[in-house]
Amino acid sequence: MKFTAAAVQIAPIKADVSANLTRIGQAIQRCCEERVDLALFPETALTGYFLEGGVVDAAVSTLELAAMLDTTYKPDRPIDVVLGFYERSDGNIYNSACHFSGTSEGWKVVHTHRKFFLPTYGVFDEERFVARGRDISAYETRFGRFAMLICEDVWHSVSATIAALKGAQVICAISASPARGFSGDTYDNLDHYRRLLRAIAEEHGVWVVNSMLVGFEGGKGFSGGSMVVSPTGRIVAEGPELEEHFLIAEVDMDQIGIARQRFPALADLKSVLEDVVREFEEVNRDECQQK
Amino acid sequence: MSTEINALPIYRAKAFDTESDLDLRINPVLITDFLVKFLRDECIRRRGIEKAVLGLSGGVDSAVATYLCTKAFGPKNVTVFRMPYKLSSVESLTHAQAVIDDLGIESRTIDITDMADGYLQMEPDASPTRIGNVCARCRMIVLFDQSAKLRALPIGTGNKTERMFGYFTWHADDAPPINPLGDLYKMQVYQLARHLGVPDAIVDKPPTADLVQGQTDEGDFGITYQKADRILARLLNGYSPAKLIELGFDKNEVQIVVKRVDSTHWKRRLPTVAMISSSAIGEFYLRPVDY
Repeated sequence: MKFTAAAVQIAPIKADVSANLTRIGQAIQRCCEERVDLALFPETALTGYFLEGGVVDAAVSTLELAAMLDTTYKPDRPIDVVLGFYERSDGNIYNSACHFSGTSEGWKVVHTHRKFFLPTYGVFDEERFVARGRDISAYETRFGRFAMLICEDVWHSVSATIAALKGAQVICAISASPARGFSGDTYDNLDHYRRLLRAIAEEHGVWVVNSMLVGFEGGKGFSGGSMVVSPTGRIVAEGPELEEHFLIAEVDMDQIGIARQRFPALADLKSVLEDVVREFEEVNRDECQQK
Repeated sequence: MSTEINALPIYRAKAFDTESDLDLRINPVLITDFLVKFLRDECIRRRGIEKAVLGLSGGVDSAVATYLCTKAFGPKNVTVFRMPYKLSSVESLTHAQAVIDDLGIESRTIDITDMADGYLQMEPDASPTRIGNVCARCRMIVLFDQSAKLRALPIGTGNKTERMFGYFTWHADDAPPINPLGDLYKMQVYQLARHLGVPDAIVDKPPTADLVQGQTDEGDFGITYQKADRILARLLNGYSPAKLIELGFDKNEVQIVVKRVDSTHWKRRLPTVAMISSSAIGEFYLRPVDY
């Protein structure tokens, strides 16, 4: 089983849902022309990342978003799309990623992931403006079993571990990461991303497809540098920093089995899972007692 | 046969070095590319303005900002203003001219003596600090008026060290809406200056507000920029003053830096507004600058 994935690294127009949707539709069309099967858009691609209280104005539901995609562009060949946006649901607002499947008949929601770890330190203030997702799920797609992670989710190794334990073979990691740290060959945050995504892929024998936001928002420049990492931890494709572009790579699902045979860390983890869970429970018990 | 334990070599980690500039090291190529894109994004993409105006003092900060703007907008779209006061040194004008000649940019000299003295002649006892503030505010008026005339954006040139020390005139030097250098310490501005090819005479001379002959910034501070930046970089990364002294920094120098920073937080913020409602701007009503 093989499919073609594209990381669509774009710079949204701040809080302009309509204009961004138009560009997203054009990008999906271009992906179809390039015979892409899965197009991955960055975190908050629909609005831009730093909205503060403006998330109230810009958030939409998944069904509204599916309907908006319907009116924007209906693909003439099947294509799946993962799109980052501020989601409105049950009176809450989430920083979400939605996996859509598109055909000439329109768009259907496959799965929605709500950001589990909300960064609320330094330049980040997410927990003030959005609610936290409560689970990390794996779900079935026409390509295999997938999971989605959003930015800070990736920075906690436990997120990818949960996704892999739940059977994810492909992890879609979408991000909006402001460039910072300029002493090395690239930005420190992007260098960190490379290490994180390679480690996730290598440890669990999964494909990682990553799409990074670009553009400047109030002096913060999102780094870009989207990448696709194979189950052996090799970066098979990497896009330029700061610039909008399409990064296209073939994802061969057979490589998952080959990688896991060579380094069966996920199987080893499953075999000791009971003890790992007991250790977590012990930590949790101690934490609760301290509170 | 195994080697005697006592004969095995020992490798030690380097001890903390208060004279290390590792934390201040930058990759000037990476930063230049980032700042040029930042300038284009803020001015052209976001505001639709393709021209920049700067005050060119003859010092290193405004020179670096001018080189960056020239890369971002092209020499024909950059206009610099030399704005001497009667007490300004001839050397400053000469150094500014060297930048103008090197870059082939537009320039104009507007003497602010009559403008400043129109007021100061009524205040014959004004201290050098007050005269400096009046001059800085006159230059701000000229720069903003010229920006309106030329349909250009005023670009700020203050560096992070000055900003952290509050070593600027409030609502004057800090007034331009866009500043590419405000998150770079002075020692990092020097690195950038060398990379951009700013004339040696400008980079090598002691920084001065150019109000009194022989006056230098470092003389005013009581500490060199190099030492101040080593302390500032660590202070802003979470080291307490007590920890810095424990690590070997000079107590007096740490206190100079801390006092400067702690007494000037207000200068880095907008005016304090009495909060009356639960929709107070910037307190409850939160929208980012580029919303």
